[in-house]
Amino acid sequence: MNDMTPEKKQRSSLAKWSRRGFIGAGVLAGGGLLIGIGVRPGNPIAALAPKVAPGDDEFLVNSWVKIDMDNVVTAIVPHCEMGQGVHSVLAQMLAEELDADWNKVRVMQAPTDGSYVVTDTARMFVAPFTVNAADWLEPTWNGLFTQLAKFADAMITGGSSSIITTGQHSMRVAGAAARKMLVGAAADSWNVPPSEIVTRDSMLLHPASGKSAPYSAFATAAADQPMDQTPQLKTAEQYNLIGKSKARTDIPSKVNGTAQFGLDAAPEGVELKYAASMRAPVPGTEVVSMDSEQAEALPGVIKVLNMGNFVTVVADSYWHAQQALYTVQVEWSASESPVKTMDDQYKVFADALDKAGADGGDKMASKGDFASAFANAATTLEAEYRVPYLAHAPMEPINCTAQVKDGRCDIWTSTQVPLMARSAVSDALDLSVDDITIHHPYLGGAFGRRLEAEYVTMAARIAENVGEPVKLIWSREEDTQKAIYRPADLSRLRAGFDDTGAMVAWDNSFTQRLDPADAPVPAFYSIPNTSVRHVAAEAHLPTAAWRSVDHSQQGYFIESFIDEAAHAAGKDPIEYRLAMLGNAPRHKAVLEKVAEMSNWSGERAEGTGMGVAIVESFGSIIAEVVEVDMSEGSPKIVRCWAACDAGYVVNPDGFKNQIEGGIVYGLTAAMFGELELSDGAIVQSNFHDYKMLRMNDAPEIEVAIINSGDVPVGGAGEPGLPPAAPALTNAIFAATGNRLRSLPIAKQFA
Amino acid sequence: MANFILNGEPVNVEADPTMPILWVVREKIGLSGTKFGCGIAQCGACTVHLDGQPVRSCSTPVSEAEGRQVTTIEGIAGPEGELSAVQQAWISEQVPQCGYCQSGQIMAVTALLRDNPNPSDDDIDAAMSGNICRCGTYNRIRRAIKVAAGSLEPRSEEA
Repeated sequence: MNDMTPEKKQRSSLAKWSRRGFIGAGVLAGGGLLIGIGVRPGNPIAALAPKVAPGDDEFLVNSWVKIDMDNVVTAIVPHCEMGQGVHSVLAQMLAEELDADWNKVRVMQAPTDGSYVVTDTARMFVAPFTVNAADWLEPTWNGLFTQLAKFADAMITGGSSSIITTGQHSMRVAGAAARKMLVGAAADSWNVPPSEIVTRDSMLLHPASGKSAPYSAFATAAADQPMDQTPQLKTAEQYNLIGKSKARTDIPSKVNGTAQFGLDAAPEGVELKYAASMRAPVPGTEVVSMDSEQAEALPGVIKVLNMGNFVTVVADSYWHAQQALYTVQVEWSASESPVKTMDDQYKVFADALDKAGADGGDKMASKGDFASAFANAATTLEAEYRVPYLAHAPMEPINCTAQVKDGRCDIWTSTQVPLMARSAVSDALDLSVDDITIHHPYLGGAFGRRLEAEYVTMAARIAENVGEPVKLIWSREEDTQKAIYRPADLSRLRAGFDDTGAMVAWDNSFTQRLDPADAPVPAFYSIPNTSVRHVAAEAHLPTAAWRSVDHSQQGYFIESFIDEAAHAAGKDPIEYRLAMLGNAPRHKAVLEKVAEMSNWSGERAEGTGMGVAIVESFGSIIAEVVEVDMSEGSPKIVRCWAACDAGYVVNPDGFKNQIEGGIVYGLTAAMFGELELSDGAIVQSNFHDYKMLRMNDAPEIEVAIINSGDVPVGGAGEPGLPPAAPALTNAIFAATGNRLRSLPIAKQFA
Repeated sequence: MANFILNGEPVNVEADPTMPILWVVREKIGLSGTKFGCGIAQCGACTVHLDGQPVRSCSTPVSEAEGRQVTTIEGIAGPEGELSAVQQAWISEQVPQCGYCQSGQIMAVTALLRDNPNPSDDDIDAAMSGNICRCGTYNRIRRAIKVAAGSLEPRSEEA
């Protein structure tokens, strides 16, 4: 057992760290590498350690895990918790390899620090092929990506990537390495071979001698052990925690009102003022003049500010600020955009596609010879699809609390990109990033909305201007009308068939493209001649990642058109797809599974229909069947089944919750989601006209998981969404013969 | 001055009488469990009980609460913090994702089950369709309501 005083422990542990260059090893091991930079001379490990191990009786084993004197293991998680359960599931992966006692595992949000850049996530965004490369530990790649990630402020949560990047490459590796170091330390002390030591529930056991000790007893000594850069990870048969539906650690605080979201920021000893803001109704326009005389006379109002691209009222309460803001008269500059209505916008897209013709645009994928296969096809099919702009509408309205004082800035906000927010504030206030601290509690939903940091700089600028700490809250109307959006788009699809009805040619051209590049490519279908073309056209509204990004529209385009092809060929839509999946056994398996779950070939009640869709996104393959009841004339979504292959699911219940959520989000957009334009400004403003699926509209959802491998290869947050809309419209077609080539659906039956 | 009983305790707070209960509770009193979602009584995130009845606190001026009982999410556990049956079911069914709407959901369900201890699916639809969950946890909310009502067994963690 350890007999050092806490003071000695802390000192000695840090001294060893800085002396040993332990962290060179970390540099090679995913997340560990980020910390690793810290141990070399001049590295920030000394500065980092107090932030994650502030207590005298705690010390770092490596930067992704700490073990305290009560034998509590704390996973330090660099991703934000926005409802996806990532804090718990990453801790589960760490605890698995560490053989930690799950009841004594805690989760800590990593501080906003350049040392926690999510290297692997950056890597996935920048060069996805390298993530699962066999040589991913190769130092050149990691060194490069660390630099790149630091450069890009990539402390990001998005892309359904946390488990397959940070989980697989940092948490598991760190846990396994830390376990090995603990075993090594115990073996040295007990003078027994490490191979005779067993670990279980945060205990080290030597069965032959009966010796045992908690991890905490050897945590200090473990820091002296060499860190294995490529520790052996468990295989699926060895999993104790991975694959189990462990309860999430954040949920208890979310049932009693104690969970702290950005909006709840109440920094100790700080008396806040409150701000409401109004941004330009039409993108790209600015304040020409402002009349705030009436507002300034209203109760509680402290200041009304013209900030150039927005106006704001600062008051003693949000209520007073927002009430006063309603009375401020603003003249905005004229917009130069030719787009005043959605008809204008779709015409911009259509004109671009017309101009590009049958072959123009940027070829994102090309196989065989589409032009000649299409020209020689026995039959052909063409269709045009369209989708509208969509808002993210997370439940927690956009907000940010800022204090600018004594050359420093403190920010409290819900963000998916704390380091980017820090850089944005640095630019806006001309402060060094070292003088800016971003505090980021739980996010009340994000879905991509909180990948942008414009509200953070707004709050910082207001706080600097009034010289007081300010909590800026956007009204729901502001976030619906003045934010960033899922692109609207047009897609033109063409397919050619041979005389047996088999598809031999496929062409998809469209105008909007964000990420990922594989979204518009029907890669898993065996179609000999394919062409996928992006034809650039100006979007009137600012566009950005929205849950599942380009898969949200491309899944609808592709899977609707495949369904059209199946019906044109007189084939069952599942049979038709299966026949095109000869080289894709995992895709076949999920389709067969969802057919079985939904009793696809069974009897249907009069007026009902079932539709299917299959989309692979963010590494997960998901097939969904939706059952719709059209007997009342308008669609009632009855049930939805989803069969999912994500490689290996770490937490089945958490995964299912994400898939259920993705389906509801996708069905909400399909049924109701639409932003219209009037004189260039968004018409919809709040939940009365930007409608959501509610309890009475939500179908019963059944999710099945297929573990086709023994490690996770796919995400959970986004992949449930893309098949939902086409499965629904395909079901409506099955029930009515009415092919819906535009969204949303509900108004087409009003 | 606003005077009302908040979670069993009398409060006496300087507040504009037109200010909604939501903002008085959050900003003047400092209880942040009640959430702002839409400001126009469309989403239910701000649901509190006024004399036991669920109301949208974002659209109910504090003057309406004068002398009355206001109960928020912080006030539904027992005196020693023991969770209510609804809160326990929310944990056993692992309902929340982001969790932001769940205070409002739990307040709506608490009122529903008090008046109707064994609600049908239609009763649940009628009582709960004013509460939006953007994360889409509706299936779990429905199941948790039934677990809290005793008509379904709680889920097991190892499943």
